[in-house]
Amino acid sequence: MDSEIVQDLMTEVIVEEQPEAVPTPAPRAELAPAYHLRIEPSRGWVSLKLRELWEYRELLYFLTWRDVKVRYKQTVLGAAWAIIQPLMTMVVFSLFFGNLAKIPSDGIPYPIFSYAALVPWTFFANGMGQSSNSLVGAANLIKKIYFPRLVIPISSVISGVVDFALAFVVLLGMMLAYGIVPTLNVVFLPFLLLLAFVTALGVGMWLSAMNVQFRDVRYIIPFLTQFWMFATPIAYPSSLIENDLLRTLYGLNPMTGVVEGFRWALLDTDTAPGPILLVSTLAAIGLLVSGAYYFRRMEKTFADVV
Amino acid sequence: MSNVAVRVENLGKLYRIGGKQERYRTLRDTLTDAFAAPFRRASSLLRGQAYGAAGLREEIWALKDVSFEVRHGEVVGIIGRNGAGKSTLLKILSRITEPTEGYADVYGRVGSLLEVGTGFHPELTGRENVYLNGAILGMSREEIDRKFDEIVAFAEIERFIDTPVKHYSSGMGLRLGFAVAAHLEPEILVVDEVLAVGDAQFQKKCLGKMSDVAGEGRTVLFVSHNMAAVRNLCEKTALLEGGLLSFLGETSLAIHKYQLGLSDSQSQATSYGVAEFTNVSIGKNGNGTVELDESFEVRCLLNCHADIEMFRLYCIIRDGNGEVVAHLFRRHLEILKRGAHSLRIQFPPLWLRPGVYDLHFKLIPDSLQIGPRRILSEIHILSVLGKEDLQAELCLGKLIPTVQWRIDFHARE
Repeated sequence: MDSEIVQDLMTEVIVEEQPEAVPTPAPRAELAPAYHLRIEPSRGWVSLKLRELWEYRELLYFLTWRDVKVRYKQTVLGAAWAIIQPLMTMVVFSLFFGNLAKIPSDGIPYPIFSYAALVPWTFFANGMGQSSNSLVGAANLIKKIYFPRLVIPISSVISGVVDFALAFVVLLGMMLAYGIVPTLNVVFLPFLLLLAFVTALGVGMWLSAMNVQFRDVRYIIPFLTQFWMFATPIAYPSSLIENDLLRTLYGLNPMTGVVEGFRWALLDTDTAPGPILLVSTLAAIGLLVSGAYYFRRMEKTFADVV
Repeated sequence: MSNVAVRVENLGKLYRIGGKQERYRTLRDTLTDAFAAPFRRASSLLRGQAYGAAGLREEIWALKDVSFEVRHGEVVGIIGRNGAGKSTLLKILSRITEPTEGYADVYGRVGSLLEVGTGFHPELTGRENVYLNGAILGMSREEIDRKFDEIVAFAEIERFIDTPVKHYSSGMGLRLGFAVAAHLEPEILVVDEVLAVGDAQFQKKCLGKMSDVAGEGRTVLFVSHNMAAVRNLCEKTALLEGGLLSFLGETSLAIHKYQLGLSDSQSQATSYGVAEFTNVSIGKNGNGTVELDESFEVRCLLNCHADIEMFRLYCIIRDGNGEVVAHLFRRHLEILKRGAHSLRIQFPPLWLRPGVYDLHFKLIPDSLQIGPRRILSEIHILSVLGKEDLQAELCLGKLIPTVQWRIDFHARE
């Protein structure tokens, strides 16, 4: 009996000593002043806090990785869906617009003419749709933990790059089959992809922030995507517009620049889209900046409303 | 001053909740509103105002004028009833939502733990979810790499770490979630009611981990309804009531006040015109707290506005659940003259399980009339009987008397 008590006491002593044996170092005291944060109500237009966004790049990476990983789980065809979407659309377009309606295609076989546009378009359309619904889908995260909310729409657009890459490989295969050799202009492809990314993110930020409050957005997106697709020269070439100024203004739809740029870089269409691209880039930047500020402004209400 | 970890100054948070639906009087009003509402909402959306969605007009301050300071290394409990503002306070401190007014200064990195397993994806495996959840909670990849084995061991799911989480039992998921969170190392940790996870054994483990964290000199803000946990972990406790900070100080006191449910007035007297109870005091120092094994006295004044002949004095003691613990009365045939009378009731040690009890005194005329008796005066006194004692809390039962155990160890043939 007594020996048990003694043992109990000894274990207690040992347990008590342990934290001292591993001394908690001082850096806490040194670090403490380094992190000072004032939490207060924000008013009006707030800063974008891009530095903080950079600090959370690992979270961005993990969320993107999760989206990619989860996207085709529990599907039969898996990642093939990334190819099927633009490919089937291409088949339908070639059949009806190319063969029946005989829509001109800048002297390029219609299937590859439309597919070269559908690849970046699908990336944009999916990115826009997914980022617009992303905040609502991440409601449980938003209500339980802090991080720059911009991470959510950004990661959902980035995760589409994998799909894009798969569809792009098919595009290369088609070019091979049609014997089309890309020009040196392919070096502009990353820039064009970035343009599509910026546009998708710009729209995505606007719509996702609105979606938090009004779920109408969810119903707008399919309609908007369809409308936008026909407002972009995918099934037809922009060269149908003969007036140069009008054609340049057509670039106000940033996807016009992206799509025409893709054709120009890969298929060497003779309509060099220089001015269109310039206008498109400016429009995309406008969308991105306004979207980011709008998003940041609405951000404070997300956790309360979503 | 430099030692301050969290300083909260006049913090307030206004929520708009659905107000009463206005009644439409005419069809025209209904129609015009149906047309105008989308435009109004769209414009509020563009102007960056929230709450346009449901026309929420009713306002409620979830938190108001809350100010306090927490120093580095302090473990502070936050208690209060549902809706008192505890979670709102934590949400503001962890930057999930913005305050409406006031500010909070935070010195140090804040890690918040308002839910276990935030962001777990059912399709991903346990391993993948550890990384994802860790990143969401603000850990870097190397940090997770380093602690991975420890986390898995803590959650006790080594065998299933590469199984998708959707095949986990709910307990396994929660354990894994807590395990990740428990290995966070922020300077200031904000924790909401997440200890109630898993079975009793795992809960014990969680509590142990929490007290380790507290012991490491980290600053912890801990919301809980589990008073035993708060008492174990926190030296200081804040009591929130209706969005206001009503008390911040020693934990046992805060818990007493919380259990009393009233910060100042502990008694509620109702007079029916003829007589009234006043100046109540209980126990030695009159603060309503009585030791477990202590005899005590209830003193009060009975103010009579008229002569009362023949009456009964009732004393009913109820526990926190409203169950009657003792029902006592005394018939008096004497006349209670008009004026103030001092009244003393002497109780023996009651050995009641520590807690808050309602002492209910009633004065009733004792007549031979049939029918309900008219109550002349009554008083409810809330009192903490039986001082807080950890051991007592572990015991079931309503009484905890100190008894003598006598066992005859000599076996009789």
